Formats: sequence, structure tokens, C-alpha cells
Amino acid sequence: MHVTRLSLTDFRSYPAVEIELVPGATALVGPNGQGKTNLVEAVGYVAALSSHRVATDAPLIRLGCRRAVVRAGVSRAGRQILVELEIVSGAANRARVNRAPVPRTRDVLGLLRTVSFAPEDLTLVKGDPDGRRRFLDDLLVARAPRFAGVRSDYERVLKQRNTLLKSIKQGKGDIRTLDVWDDQLAAVGAELLAGRRYLVHLLAPYVTEAYREVAGGQGDALIEYRGSLGPEILADPRPGRDALRAHLLEAMARRRPVELERQVSLVGPHRDDLVLQLGPFPAKGFASHGESWSYALALRLGSYQLLRADIGPDGDGEPVLILDDVFAELDSGRRDRLAALVKDAEQVLVTAAVPEDVPEVLSGDRIRVGQGEALRVDR
Amino acid sequence: MYEGVVQDLIDELGRLPGVGPKSAQRIAFHLLQADPTDIRRLVEVLVEVTEKVRFCSLCGNVSAQELCRICSDARRDPSVLCVVEEPKDVVAIEKTREFRGRYHVLGGAISPIEGIGPDDLRVKELVTRLASDDVTEIILATDPNLEGEATATYLARLLKPMGLRVTRLASGLPVGGDLEYADELTLGRAFEGRRLLDV
Repeated sequence: MHVTRLSLTDFRSYPAVEIELVPGATALVGPNGQGKTNLVEAVGYVAALSSHRVATDAPLIRLGCRRAVVRAGVSRAGRQILVELEIVSGAANRARVNRAPVPRTRDVLGLLRTVSFAPEDLTLVKGDPDGRRRFLDDLLVARAPRFAGVRSDYERVLKQRNTLLKSIKQGKGDIRTLDVWDDQLAAVGAELLAGRRYLVHLLAPYVTEAYREVAGGQGDALIEYRGSLGPEILADPRPGRDALRAHLLEAMARRRPVELERQVSLVGPHRDDLVLQLGPFPAKGFASHGESWSYALALRLGSYQLLRADIGPDGDGEPVLILDDVFAELDSGRRDRLAALVKDAEQVLVTAAVPEDVPEVLSGDRIRVGQGEALRVDR
Repeated sequence: MYEGVVQDLIDELGRLPGVGPKSAQRIAFHLLQADPTDIRRLVEVLVEVTEKVRFCSLCGNVSAQELCRICSDARRDPSVLCVVEEPKDVVAIEKTREFRGRYHVLGGAISPIEGIGPDDLRVKELVTRLASDDVTEIILATDPNLEGEATATYLARLLKPMGLRVTRLASGLPVGGDLEYADELTLGRAFEGRRLLDV
């Protein structure tokens, strides 16, 4: 699939901007702070209904405005889809697909797929587990949009249960109701856990392969899901939901005294991690800066290959690749290998401050970004 | 900001559920321009409501008397009790004309975030009621969301040992709609709750 047109109104720094996009590589070039990233961020927003740069939608709306509008034309399996999103401050967002309103904004998820590479990706390797959990959950939603609901339900159950644990400690909460929140956490948690476990099983070979390619044939990267339930329970790549639910309940019962003491939920997918192994060592702490970058790129490239291979019910699963300011971060070897690996993708959007940061093999279409405008450069 | 009492009116209206500052302003100016007799009528109704309306001592529904219309109706089946969160749920179920039993209004759902536990709901009244009434079946009709499910689970665990038949309203496809428009969660529930067709 590819994006054919992007039009923004009051989104980030743009009062109004419209660009036509073509298949193949497009470089968006302009000085820092001129809004290159805002353009690709909008594309990512249409795919995920959230931005990786911010936790809430408010910063996406241009200062002093009440709403932002993002319109994207998508060409997928020979079909033209027009997705329109209205991001409203202090109210529910609205969405239309091919001019018809959809009942829930969430119904837009899955129409456009993107995989974004950004300088912050290094924290996937070097940072805390929550970044890796978010990486997995985002990919889970991209593959199967119904997980967006599972994910938000899980967050809500967790918040309810943690609040209850705190109020029990303060003598206000009712300990008899803890059982029912255990049930809810186990039910929703088992679904999320089963989804993540199977995803990692599917993703692992792609990441291993991608690492070898990016790192120039050196090192064995192996990703593994590590959960609070223990390796023997998660050994099965497709664990049954009922079994996971029973295990979660059992683990919660066992750890209840500690949970009551510490007033937080200690069992469940929110405590899990995606372990990144490099040969016999964990990448975190052992990998060099260059190796860490290779690993971060391999996670994104692996995601790209996984989505591409998963055609899905709508046909054409190939995501749009977004490379936001990454080439400037890489040494020349990784830069060339990454460019060679993505050059044949259906659509690649590259942002860079200077034209020299765009590898030669990706010098297709060029759009100059500056002063609130985005103009195609004839070359 | 408007002067004195006009701003007070806007502020008060703005505290109502579903009324934002813009709507509050619109309603305020509508009231200022309306016929004084209409306004007097509105004021009277508001006063009457606060003075006269109370909650049924048995089921907790809004009522003008000690017992509400449904609880005092001898034709209603005393053996089936439908447990709901809010009085407006009673109205919704009554519209179906399907249910001939009685109700019990909890006054909300268990939600630790909002500081609501079983003691803040009319659970104790429910248990007392079951001890004396001839109820044989309890239908749990709390909302099909996380808090409603948690409340239903809590009540089921509490009431099952009393030897009652405890049922939960089914979740599934909306009638008259298209299957293709159902969200995945609802469709999944509909699969779980599928039934045998008698032909």
C-alpha cells in the first residue's frame, strides 16, 4: 500500500498544507524545526491513531485552534481509500472513511499500516521494558486492530486494581472485591499475553534475519518474550487463553500478600519484557553503540517484513516505511545497508535536514519543507 | 465573564452533566428571553422534584411514594429480580415489555478509581431483600463494561451460595443491524454466546 495524498489543517505547525505522494522513495528535506517530522507524524497518526512523539493528542492541534484535520489518500490492493480524521481538543475525535462517518474512530485502525524508524528507537535496546512492551503492543494492533480494545481494557483494569490495592492499605477499600478484579485482570491479561507471545514467535525469525543483514553478517540476534508467569508456561508459542488465565489467577493468589503490602499489581503482561539477546549476551548492557543501533533497526525491519508477509483480510499488508531523521545517526556501513534493504519497498518516506543525509539509492521524489510549506522539487 | 447573577446561572448550568460552558451560555440566554410563566413552571418543577421525589425503600428506583409503582404492583412476578445500576436502566428494560419481575437498583457499579465499593452500592439491601422475599432467580443486568462485569461477578459470588439461580444478560449482536458493522469484541461475544436453533 502507499499514501497518495496527505492534507493537514491546523495540525502541529501547519495552518494548511497538502502534498501528493508517489510510490517509491520520497525525501522530505528542510532545516530542523520546519515541520518535516510533523508531516510523517501525521501519516503515522492515520495508521495508529496516536503519535509516538506524545502521549496525548493535544500537542497535535495547532496552538490556539480547537481542532486539527488530517486527510490521507491510501492506495491499497488496487483500492483508493480516503481516511479523514478530526482531532478535537477536549472531545471525542471523529473519523470518516471514503466520506462516510465511521461509528468508532477505532474502526480506522488497520486501513493504513506504517513502520517508523526514529532516533528514539535506540531506547528500544538501551531503555526500560515499557518501551519494548509498547513496541510489541503497537505491532499487535497494526496486525490485528481488535487488540486496541484489549490493550485499553487492560490498562483500565490495571488502574482499577492498583487503586483498590492502595485504598485497601489505607483501610478504605473492600478486600472482598479484589477477587473480582483478579478475574478481570486474568481474563483481559490472558488475551493480551497470548497475543504478544504468538507475535514474538512470528517476529523472531524476521528480526534474526534483519540483524544479520544490517550488521553485515555478524552476530545472532534472538528475541524472546519473558513474562511474570515463568518460561515453562510461555514455552508454547500459542498458549491457550484459558490456561493463561488460570496461571495468572494462581500467580496473583500466590503474590497477594506482597501486592497488598506494595500496593501495586505484580502479575500480568504489564510486568513482562521482550528480551533482546545478542549471541549469549543480553543486548542491553553488552551491545556496543553500533550493535545497539543494528538491533533497533532490525526490530523495525523485522516488523516491516512480518506485516508485509501478513496479507490480512483487506489484501496488501505491505506497510509504508517512515525513516524519520535516522540516517544522520548511523555510520556509513549501516546507512548503506539500511538504504539497500528498504529501497525496494512500495513506499519509503525519508526526512533529513540536509540532502546529503539521504542515501543515493533513496533519492527518488524530493519535497522541500520550510516556512509552513511543502513543495515538490523538480529534478 | 457576565455580570453577577447571569454568570452565576451559567456556572450552575455548566455543572450539569453533558453541559459544557458554551451550552450553559446558550441555555442561560434562552432562559433570559423565555416567557416568564414558562420559567416559573420550570422553577416549580425543580422545587417539586427535590421535595417530593424519593427513592423506593425496597428497590431504590425513583418514586413518588414510599414504594415505587413496580414494587407495589401485585401483578409483577415476585420470584424474579433484575439487578441494574441506575434508575434509567429500569426504564430501558421496562420499554421492552418483556420482563414481568421486579428490580433492584444498585446506584452504580464497583469502581475503585471513583472510590465506589460494594458498601457504597445497595448491596446490603439486596441481601436483606433476598432473605425475606420469595426470589428464586436473580438476573444481573449491569452494564457490559469492565466495571459492570466486575459488579456482576461480585454479586454472582455473593449470591450463588444462597441457592439462587443467578443469570447474566447475554452480550451479542444488535438486532436489526448488519453483522459487518459489529466490532470484533461484540462479534466475539456473540460467538461465545451462540445458541442451538430449535427447528
